Amino acid sequence: MTLELFSQYLLAGITYGIIYAIVGIGFNIIYNTTGIINFAQGEFVMLGGMISISLYQWLPLPLAIGAAVILVMLIGALVEILFIRWLDRPSVLRMIIITIGISILIREAALHVWGEGVRSLPYFVGNEITTVPVLGARVSPQVLWVIGVCTVMVLGLSLFFKYTLQGKKMQACASNRVAATLCGISTKNMVTLSFMLSAGIGALAGCVMSPITYTQYDVGTGLAIKGFTVAILGGLGSSMAAVAAGLLLGIIESFSVSVVPLAFQDAISISLLLAILFLRPHGLFGNKDAADLKEF
Amino acid sequence: MLKIKNLEAGYGKIRVLKRISLHVNPGEIVTLIGANGAGKTTLLAAITGLIRATAGEILLKGDNLERLKPEGIVFRGCSLVPEGRQVFATMNVRENLVLGAYVQHRQGKRQLQEGIEYIYDLFPVLRERRHQLAGTLSGGEQQMLAMGRALMAKPALLMLDEPSTGLAPLIVKNIFQIITRLREAGNTVLLIEQNAKAALRVADRGYVLETGKIILEGSSEDLLTNRDVQRAYLGRDVKEN
Ligand SMILES: Nc1ncnc2c1ncn2[C@@H]1O[C@H](COP(=O)(O)OP(=O)(O)O)[C@@H](O)[C@H]1O
Ligand SMILES: [Mg+2]
Repeated sequence: MTLELFSQYLLAGITYGIIYAIVGIGFNIIYNTTGIINFAQGEFVMLGGMISISLYQWLPLPLAIGAAVILVMLIGALVEILFIRWLDRPSVLRMIIITIGISILIREAALHVWGEGVRSLPYFVGNEITTVPVLGARVSPQVLWVIGVCTVMVLGLSLFFKYTLQGKKMQACASNRVAATLCGISTKNMVTLSFMLSAGIGALAGCVMSPITYTQYDVGTGLAIKGFTVAILGGLGSSMAAVAAGLLLGIIESFSVSVVPLAFQDAISISLLLAILFLRPHGLFGNKDAADLKEF
Repeated sequence: MLKIKNLEAGYGKIRVLKRISLHVNPGEIVTLIGANGAGKTTLLAAITGLIRATAGEILLKGDNLERLKPEGIVFRGCSLVPEGRQVFATMNVRENLVLGAYVQHRQGKRQLQEGIEYIYDLFPVLRERRHQLAGTLSGGEQQMLAMGRALMAKPALLMLDEPSTGLAPLIVKNIFQIITRLREAGNTVLLIEQNAKAALRVADRGYVLETGKIILEGSSEDLLTNRDVQRAYLGRDVKEN
């Protein structure tokens, strides 16, 4: 394999990997504050792409993206308020079925609104054939946008949790819900906030990736499976581990193209997911004792 | 400060508390003693709004707490140190204290720091451990942290659920000394205990709870010398220790 080809695969792997990581972090944020696995996470990504594409007809690109992210955050809040908030200590199984139901609902609504067609945002800089040299390979500048924006999101989130009052409150909920309540923190509001945050980062990822991966009403399902794999691979709940796991999965997938046919690419993450669930359910980087405390 | 009238509460169809009435005056330490399963924790859950009362009234500084959510009750000045400590295990000692001060989050940085220093003076071991994760502290240290966290809210009424359970005698002594100091600093405390002897020694007044009913009340001296209390609660304590 030439260096150029190697770099090409590597960058493609990082690009997809960091998107998986964002979806995985979306799973983690909600899981941490609620113990819920939100299988509608991929739909937030799809909605971000679709809404920004529609708004782009009337608004300049940055505004269309900004408005789309805010709208999807509101949709995230609405989903939580309508379907989750009023449940009193639901079982894990019930929650999984509810969030799968929500994802089907959103997907069907998207099919209704946008149809089956494949759409995309324009390239942020240049067009399909513009390339920039990186590590001896030539890649689309959009790849750098994806990697850059997602990296900023990851760093922004860790600063948010570390230094802001809202972030601390969410962490407190994740750590001990009863104790958070006894400190005067409204855990229900924190759950809503976690849905908004997950929806927001998913939507933004959906916007920046749209020019290279395209957006269709059903892209959420595949992304949710990848993101879930990544979240489990990293050990549920840990965001930095999700980034590492995301990059790992992205890079494995991308290099696999040189060994197995493209059609097998999705099979890789499913096999990986099953292997992890059987062999190391607490994740590659997770802590077994902590995993034992979790509910399932 | 706190006035409870004919309170009834329980879980679903199970009625645990039966017509409980009690009060705590400002500046007092009042203890509620009772055996395991008597309903002590349930009473605190009802006061803090974690479960809903089915009948009766709970008044804090004259205001009815009935319609408030648990977090709203904390904002009214009623803080609980729960059974089993419930510290934020994945956060360090200082972060736990900062979260305890959440209801005071409009206060300045300086007041926050002063509050933390006050807690460190009260529990010097917490200052030593301020960067350590709460989950890695010993039981006694976690109890102190849970108390410190509740105090950070500057509550009008501090409620403690069995602070001595599961701790070594020396640490228990230390914790009760601190409770006495809290009264000297003007705090009002409702102390729930199984360790009747130690609790009655620091309290002004006490109530005895048995299977969800208050069967006795009186000044601590009276209860300490009461034959029934001695037989049911203190005798066993003496044997155990
Ligand atoms: N979550 C619950 N659901 C149902 N019953 C409970 C629950 N918690 C406590 N109980 C019952 O309520 C009674 C009082 O318990 P509790 O208030 O915890 O007692 P104490 O704190 O005095 O040891 C016990 O009989 C207990 O079994
Ligand atoms: Mg109890």
